[in-house]
Amino acid sequence: MLIIILRRLLQAVMVLLFVALISFLIFRFVGNPVESLLGQEATVAQRAALEDALGLNDPIYEQYANFVWRALQFDFGNSYRGALPVAELIALRLPATLELAITSAIFAVIFGVITGIYTAINRGSMMTNFILSTSLVGVSLPTFLIGVLLIWLFSVELNWLPSFGRGEVVDLGWWTTGYLTVSGLKSLILPSITLGLYQMTLIMRLTRAEMLEVLRQDYIRLAVALGQSKRQVYFFHALPNILIPVITITGLQLGSVIAFAIITETVFQWPGVGLLFINAVYFVDIPVMSAYLLLVGFAFVVINLVVDLLYLLIDPRLRDGQLRKEV
Amino acid sequence: MLKHLLVSAAILSVSLTSASAETIRWARAGDSITMDPHAQNEGPTHTLSHQIYDSLLQRDMAGSIIPSLATEWTALPNNPSVWRFKLRQGVTFHDGAKFDSEDVVFSLNRAKADGSEMKELLSSVKEVRAVDAYTVDIETNGANPLLVNNLTNMFIMDKGWSESNNVMTPHDVAKGETNFATMNTNGTGAFMLVSRAVDEKTILKANPNYWGKDIYPNQVTEIIYTPIQSSATRVAALLSGEVDLIQDVPVQDLGRVESSSGLKLATAAQNRVIFLGVDTANGPTADLRVRQAMNIAINRDSIKKVVMRGQSDPTGVIMPPFVNGWTEDLNKYPKYDVKMAKDLMAQAGYSNGFDIVLNCPNDRYVNDEAICQAVVGMMAQIGINVTLDAKPKAQHFPIAKGGESDFYMLGWGVPTFDSHYIFNFLVHTQTENRGSWNPTGYSNADVDAMIVSLESETDLAKRDATIAKIWAEVQKAQMYLPIHNQVLNWGMRDNIEFDVQPEDQPHFQFLKFK
Repeated sequence: MLIIILRRLLQAVMVLLFVALISFLIFRFVGNPVESLLGQEATVAQRAALEDALGLNDPIYEQYANFVWRALQFDFGNSYRGALPVAELIALRLPATLELAITSAIFAVIFGVITGIYTAINRGSMMTNFILSTSLVGVSLPTFLIGVLLIWLFSVELNWLPSFGRGEVVDLGWWTTGYLTVSGLKSLILPSITLGLYQMTLIMRLTRAEMLEVLRQDYIRLAVALGQSKRQVYFFHALPNILIPVITITGLQLGSVIAFAIITETVFQWPGVGLLFINAVYFVDIPVMSAYLLLVGFAFVVINLVVDLLYLLIDPRLRDGQLRKEV
Repeated sequence: MLKHLLVSAAILSVSLTSASAETIRWARAGDSITMDPHAQNEGPTHTLSHQIYDSLLQRDMAGSIIPSLATEWTALPNNPSVWRFKLRQGVTFHDGAKFDSEDVVFSLNRAKADGSEMKELLSSVKEVRAVDAYTVDIETNGANPLLVNNLTNMFIMDKGWSESNNVMTPHDVAKGETNFATMNTNGTGAFMLVSRAVDEKTILKANPNYWGKDIYPNQVTEIIYTPIQSSATRVAALLSGEVDLIQDVPVQDLGRVESSSGLKLATAAQNRVIFLGVDTANGPTADLRVRQAMNIAINRDSIKKVVMRGQSDPTGVIMPPFVNGWTEDLNKYPKYDVKMAKDLMAQAGYSNGFDIVLNCPNDRYVNDEAICQAVVGMMAQIGINVTLDAKPKAQHFPIAKGGESDFYMLGWGVPTFDSHYIFNFLVHTQTENRGSWNPTGYSNADVDAMIVSLESETDLAKRDATIAKIWAEVQKAQMYLPIHNQVLNWGMRDNIEFDVQPEDQPHFQFLKFK
């Protein structure tokens, strides 16, 4: 058990170092920091002085080590555009993205699992066919189109929900939240659905497939034969056994929810890190771009790690180390 | 009786509050970069600064210069290199501090300091002097008849406030610097900053002690400004009534906004001309006949009709119509004539055409990439095989400016409303201080000398004659192929009366409600 955890942690660190390397290469080579800092009137001497000061003449591995060391202290330099330290800028924007991602993930899991179970239990019913065919929309339409369609329907035509922004937010000092106001909650609805629709359909189809698979197993037949109630069979015998793949997918998708929030945030003018990143690309704001890359890499790694550790909790066989060779 | 009085008092107070609390919710594509009024020379940044800060003089909603913090200005009759400004009296900053000549001297010097992006506009200024508390002299190196044109975005800050908050110089945005003035303001303008979240929401409220209260309508009591980047969302926000005014209406949605009840569209020519630059030094385009052929192979009418959906003014000169030096004759564009263009190509020895790359931005001007695509097709008709290379502006501008491109798109606005601004950047030979946006290789010593002479020529008739002469040379050389002037569209609730400002700068003290 401990060995598995340690091995996982080591892998996570390796991946993060690699992401940091790419992020560092972008920072160092895509935009020449000296050019961006000095402007075109700078003299050769000024350049040399700044290169020395920034340590650009050190061996490349030393520069990389410095970059990693500074990143560990959340020091990514100043944004060229926002004129704020990048870490501060990201900290300002992160609550918006995390609230959006979490809301849409909850939406996706709840509706995905419920509809997945429903369609597995009631095979062939009208409702099932309806759910299954409309779920195709979620898989096949691109995110920005879904967003624009929702805006058109619910904001422009029906006038029910706001088309952009976060609404009123409450500042808690270290976190701004839209969960505590009506307009904040209303503003969350459309972006969350837009962002979570794909995940929801994915989870639904996965749940359904797993459920159908499990329901064919002998022990379920036995439980039914023993006269247990349907509810007990479905929710106490079948459901726990489909959780592992569902948790895996949900966890992995949470990473992409954060990463792909870029598109949803642009459509809804959602003031999160995704929008920050898009603006950084427009302005060639390299410090923000490389910090964002590192952040998303970090989110993916942490989420994968947590998913792996959750396996250990849920599956007793893994916990006992019986399947170690296969892991 | 008493009851009656109370009721009518209540009614009166209700009608009063509804008339006095007029909030305008306003959206455009981009946010201001900084609240420090001298740190950036950029449209959306100036727009927000203009609500909060005043300049000595400003452009009104029609684009003409009107008094602001200065009430009168004139070049001294005995010394044309000194401009004297009489300042408005009784003006206070938002924090209550008095405005006087000391603040003007301080602010103009601050705008000339390192880190300021406004300093080029003041490059001719030698010294700014306070004559008395409400008189300021600006001395230039040699006479500068157009100095006032450069002052319309030169905002005045309070010296005392700047000292106590340690913002004596602008912060250098490119170096990632920041200072107190990045997020805090203290101006004399019609609105005061209440709160600001970058890229999210900025709230301004009317300044109760505004000096212009009796001069302008001043009906807006609160401004809520939200940048919305996605154009579809911006239009949706207007259609759904979440915002009252949007700038940057995408051309494909103009009809939608216009036909919606409760909304209207205001349109005006913009101070921005779109054109293509051509390399005159190397390659096939070095031959004048090739450039002439390319010029008449561009079908400007069909670009207007198909690409711009009618929202452009085709032109034959790289100068918007507001600019001093503009004439109907220059503006006339050549007839679209493929046959003659082919003849010219044959005369130049390129009857089989040639290959060229067209560099184009895809996020800067209205339908920029689509215009370039249209040009590719038009050039193909005369045998020129154009490869389109469309990039975001951050990548495009270094290419266009650096002379790496033989064929590129550029748009040009003229904040000084004078031809000299165009010549200085686009026509003068590329040198250290001038011609920075002229990578075409065009270089004419006589023209260069004439351009420099404009800066100190005080005889305006003579100056205008020189401008006309330079334009004649530019039109002859055809290193630029003009396409059109952009048209500005603002969408708004139909109870708003607001003219579209040619610099795309709404000044909300002018806004009226019906």
